[in-house]
Amino acid sequence: MENIVIVGNGQAGVQLVDSLRAEGYAGKITLLGEENQLPYQRPPLSKDYLAAGSQPQSLPLRAASFYRDNTVDSRLGVQVIAVDRRTRTVRLGDGSEVEYSKLVLATGAANRELTVPGSDLAGIHGLRTLADAEVVHARLDTVRSIVVVGAGFIGLEFAAAARQRGIDVTVLEFADRPMGRAVSPAISEYFADAHRRAGVNLQLGDGIASFEGRNGHVTTVVGTTGRSYPADFVLVGIGVEPRTELASAAGLPVQNGITVDAAMCTMDPDIFALGDCANYPNRHAGARTRLESVQNATDQARHTAKAIVGEAEEYAVLPWFWSQQGNLKLQIAGLVRPGDQTIVRGEPATGKFSVFCFRDGELAAVESVNQPADHMAARRLLGQRRSLSTAQARDPEFDFRNYSKLQPAVAG
Amino acid sequence: MAKLSFHHNDGNVDVLDVDTGASVMRAAVTNGVPGIVGECGGNAMCATCHVYVREPYLASLPEISDDEEEMLDCTAAPRDEARSRLGCQLVLDNGLAELEVDVPDNQV
Ligand SMILES: Cc1cc2nc3c(=O)[nH]c(=O)nc-3n(C[C@H](O)[C@H](O)[C@H](O)COP(=O)(O)OP(=O)(O)OC[C@H]3O[C@@H](n4cnc5c(N)ncnc54)[C@H](O)[C@@H]3O)c2cc1C
Ligand code: FES
Repeated sequence: MENIVIVGNGQAGVQLVDSLRAEGYAGKITLLGEENQLPYQRPPLSKDYLAAGSQPQSLPLRAASFYRDNTVDSRLGVQVIAVDRRTRTVRLGDGSEVEYSKLVLATGAANRELTVPGSDLAGIHGLRTLADAEVVHARLDTVRSIVVVGAGFIGLEFAAAARQRGIDVTVLEFADRPMGRAVSPAISEYFADAHRRAGVNLQLGDGIASFEGRNGHVTTVVGTTGRSYPADFVLVGIGVEPRTELASAAGLPVQNGITVDAAMCTMDPDIFALGDCANYPNRHAGARTRLESVQNATDQARHTAKAIVGEAEEYAVLPWFWSQQGNLKLQIAGLVRPGDQTIVRGEPATGKFSVFCFRDGELAAVESVNQPADHMAARRLLGQRRSLSTAQARDPEFDFRNYSKLQPAVAG
Repeated sequence: MAKLSFHHNDGNVDVLDVDTGASVMRAAVTNGVPGIVGECGGNAMCATCHVYVREPYLASLPEISDDEEEMLDCTAAPRDEARSRLGCQLVLDNGLAELEVDVPDNQV
């Protein structure tokens, strides 16, 4: 029996349904998701969704009619608890079973939990699901002082949104710069200043030692430096863990994500994994990577559909990412690595500039602040695996956007 | 309420009654109008919500911001200098209670 079973109906799972049908697959598709809502987009949850005055509305990934029109057996509120590779079945939380011909794990990631004294107090929240966002939004009307734990993308997006609502916000970051895992020092520095100017109390080099509370509710956050910060609301944004539990229990290799090959296939030729939960060989990074982005989820879904329906090719799409923090727009083409040589083009003081990151003399990534055209030009250039010289990058007269449109001299 | 029409290349038209305050992109995605993707959720970051606004409505549109301007240069279907807009930047409000757009052939 033919049945492509997709576990997880987030960005990757839903795009996969779309792409399988677009590739001409006419067989059965079963889409299983443990959340009760119609699949929705996560990015707005830390941005527009929290804006003051607006009645929050989630943004669906596809209209309800999509699942009917594409004859997908879409089941909400069901959790897959086990995969049996021998009988090719998945077991659901209600005890029922579903047989698959191909299985796709699109299980995403879960928020990393803080385990310090007091972390079970009320008023301490994470932000990953629509259910989380509903709780957070409802509380923002009444809270007075917020502590955000972690200056990553979600923490800073949330902090900016809360500041725009006039709430006191402190951000504690253990590392010495914000977004340190993903951006160059130049970008970290610019965003640190910008958030501070917007009134965010950004404390670098301070982690969380404990939470203190009254009547079971958080009142104070105590940092590892011994300082304490008042808080009647805490948002924890210290990163995520890929959801690999099904794969490991089924005996599939897992290392910082479910290990897949360049066609998104696991060690079992009938099981694929993609999106936030998958660790894949990335040609642009020259290394195995696990990425957490909409682009990664959707492009891998398009690719996996092709791999399932037709020929398995190598996945070689350029990663790109965006973050919106208040009125700061950050776009990244390619992957920034520690130690990259960076060249700033444009004047940060104007609020519009790009950072060009070189590795071994080749352009590896471009970070753009409020410069979408630079970002799109960088995507074009890097996508074609072309570079420019550091001298060109340094030359303010060099027309980067035009250069990106030129055809490569030698194809391939 | 605002009235929003999407004209497709095959001659089909989707007509929606939408709440004021919604963007063209949100209305399209929520109602399953084909051809509008909206992958970035409305941040003017992806250019997959590109539409061509029909002539009679051009005068009542909000101004194009710098960011929208730059993204419009990067749409998958060709930009029409006069009519191209990002659907996520077009909010239906009292000044824009009716709108008709053409949906491009492709967005990605
Ligand atoms: C608040 C927030 C803001 C973000 N902002 C941005 C942004 O600005 N730009 C950007 O590029 N990315 C952003 N991201 C990241 C982006 O949303 C993710 O990378 C993307 O959603 C990953 O897609 P996915 O399908 O792999 O996982 P998900 O979208 O997380 O979907 C996985 C789904 O699988 C379900 N599931 C897991 N296990 C099971 C099981 N056993 N049984 C049934 N169902 C299961 C989960 O409940 C979940 O719904 C943001 C994420 C969050 C949370
Ligand atoms: S939804 Fe991404 S640019 Fe409009």
